[in-house]
Amino acid sequence: MRESAGPVLLDRQGLQALIAALHARGYRVLGPTVRDQAIVYDDIESVADLPAGWTDEQDGGRYRLKRRGDDALFGYVVGPQSWKKYLHPPRLKLWRAERDGDDLAIREEAEPVQRLAFIGVRSCEIHAIAIQDRVLLEGRYVDPHYRARREGAFIVAVNCGEAGGTCFCVSMNTGPRAEKGFDLSLTEISDGDRFVYVVETGSEMGGEVLAGLPHRPAEALHLLAAAAATDNARSHMGRTMATDGLHDLLVANLEHPRWDDVAGRCLTCGNCTMVCPTCFCTSVEDDSDLVGEAAGHTRRWDSCFTLDFSYVHGGSVRASPRSRYRQWMTHKLATWWDQFDTSGCVGCGRCITWCPVGIDITEEVRAIRAEPMAGGGT
Amino acid sequence: MNASADPMVPEVRRVTRVRRELADVWTLAIDPGPGGFAFTPGQFNMLYAFGVGEVAISISGDPTEPETLIHTVRDVGKVSGALARLKPGDSIGVRGPFGRGWPVADAAGSDVVVVAGGLGLAPLRPSLYRLLAERHHYGRIVLLLGARSPDGILFRRELERWRTRLDLEVEVTVDHAGSDWRGNVGVVTSLIPRAAYDPAHTVAFVCGPEIMMRYAAIELAKTGVAADAIYLSMERNMKCAIGHCGHCQFGGDFVCRDGPVATYARLGRLLAVREI
Amino acid sequence: MIDGLDRYVREHRFFAGLKDDDIDLIAGCARNVVFKAGTYLFHTGDPADEFFLVRHGRVALEIAAPGRRPITFLTGGEGEVIGVSWLLPPYRWNFDARALELVRAIGLDAKCLRTKCDSDHDFGYEMMLRFVPLLVQRLQATRMQILDVYGKPA
Repeated sequence: MRESAGPVLLDRQGLQALIAALHARGYRVLGPTVRDQAIVYDDIESVADLPAGWTDEQDGGRYRLKRRGDDALFGYVVGPQSWKKYLHPPRLKLWRAERDGDDLAIREEAEPVQRLAFIGVRSCEIHAIAIQDRVLLEGRYVDPHYRARREGAFIVAVNCGEAGGTCFCVSMNTGPRAEKGFDLSLTEISDGDRFVYVVETGSEMGGEVLAGLPHRPAEALHLLAAAAATDNARSHMGRTMATDGLHDLLVANLEHPRWDDVAGRCLTCGNCTMVCPTCFCTSVEDDSDLVGEAAGHTRRWDSCFTLDFSYVHGGSVRASPRSRYRQWMTHKLATWWDQFDTSGCVGCGRCITWCPVGIDITEEVRAIRAEPMAGGGT
Repeated sequence: MNASADPMVPEVRRVTRVRRELADVWTLAIDPGPGGFAFTPGQFNMLYAFGVGEVAISISGDPTEPETLIHTVRDVGKVSGALARLKPGDSIGVRGPFGRGWPVADAAGSDVVVVAGGLGLAPLRPSLYRLLAERHHYGRIVLLLGARSPDGILFRRELERWRTRLDLEVEVTVDHAGSDWRGNVGVVTSLIPRAAYDPAHTVAFVCGPEIMMRYAAIELAKTGVAADAIYLSMERNMKCAIGHCGHCQFGGDFVCRDGPVATYARLGRLLAVREI
Repeated sequence: MIDGLDRYVREHRFFAGLKDDDIDLIAGCARNVVFKAGTYLFHTGDPADEFFLVRHGRVALEIAAPGRRPITFLTGGEGEVIGVSWLLPPYRWNFDARALELVRAIGLDAKCLRTKCDSDHDFGYEMMLRFVPLLVQRLQATRMQILDVYGKPA
């Protein structure tokens, strides 16, 4: 609060103090940790839970954890999960209907939500959260479950010092440095034989928390190192995507032969939609107990790659894999703009990495851009 | 109308009347509770059948009589089947109203051509009630209805009544009929060039199976009705009705939010794209 | 009588825009006809030697199959043409045409008109410009009927 506006320096004890302070303030602290040979997001008790010394090697259809030669805590990029699993849960009981004779009662099942603190949110992920805010909070209807989780969330960003093999945030203008949308941001830099963290404050709450932590002012040297780190990430993007005129290009090429080509590879497994930090689609499921007195109504993530997704009585609108891949990609990169005045893609690269056959959205765009159909193709 | 802060939570209401319209079509009257149920013709509700689920059903009643909420349901699936089996006194969950309806007020001063195919008459009926309630605001009003066969004609008694009005042209055609049918046989689009309206000053409301709407719009445009004066009501899978679940996308539109009613000018290009 | 026919032909929607000479040619093949409700304009298999431009009333086109009730697949009324099989060999009707109510029509002698089309190709072309769209429209309508768009999906 009273602290200077300039960046400060935390060491690893300072980071531990941050985690402890968030716990003390009643937050459920979540952050990266190693599980099942991947970096996932989970509850974090202390710095020891963070993936010290691990990095990830990523390419189309490929993800491997590897040892780094050091003990950097944030020396990886992004794993299969995103923060949407906390803000927009994969399964959520919405309400329960209870029947008593001819009478019916609907009882909401929303449970009180503990405030969430996210440690290690990448710039692309901050943009993804902002995109989901647009969808679930900023339209005519507000999703109260998302709001309950989102509003009190404390975000500790981490600026990327390295880029992953499938990263293209620079193309999407979403990174690698977090500019806003965080309470605190960290840049991990090497300081002799250890790592320290250049901390910037992004909110009043961030400043308040930071004030209680042991820290010292960052020196010019540290700031230069932090800038060099993000520059390094910026100049090593694994992928690129040209975005100029992309909306019009895609909506004018709905009958492009490339959709058939990609459909020949796509397994319509829906992995890309599950790992995507902005994909928001859901469905609802109804269940009832055996005596027929109570019935649940549960929301779950859904994917536009399923046949059920577009079912209208009689059949699915999008019966072919071609049409389903086209729906996903044109939505993500084109019609998302019509709906929410933003791209639906943040360039995190997860859909490329976690596609079992390595379909690369940047490559698909490139192919259509290389040979757009004359007259628009429709 | 929703007491909950969550737009996904339905209100519990009671069915007051059930009428069988056709072999597989029922009309439910629902007590909307105190304050009635205000809606725009063409809007829909999400109806919940206990333990089975929700389905989007257009409102088919009279907007000038908000004390009764009317829905017409065809038994085509699990949920609609459960709704069709409801009896007076049964409880039902209702969320809504949702979506953009027919621009009835904006059509004032114009001729109005209403083209309905099969069950498509249900979402159009509220607009007809409204048009007839304010008859003097409009030029000629034409209702063109197509059905599969004579026993597939919805709201038949009401049509007979409307037919006797001098200020409303009603033409009905069926795709095929036995020799006892005295009316028109042929597709509904064939009624369009024969109807009396001034295409330069006409607003058209079209609802029916998508293919029928596509050809009806083409036929209306051929007679000179502007593409932005032809309104269609789209049908897509709907789970949330509030633009959050993503199921009902049609290009850049969420049918639940940007529709179901939208102009042919807006929808036309994509109507021709397969599996969009 | 000829004057009257001349006027009927000119006023009929199907022949809108024809030159006076062409109207005269058509009127020369025309006669006035009236069918009482329930009577047939023609039957399946009969020679297609006269087709009709309806002026008043409505006509049902029916197909009858053994063991099934006749099915009406199209009705035509004022301003419409009943019968196109006269255009092509073997010049025989493929369905029944029944007056649903009192029908007043212009009957056109098919052989007379075919002869005129053969001897005056400009006139023949004018006729084709009118009949081809009608055939295309009927074809498209039939496709829509085959789709059974209002049917309950399987």
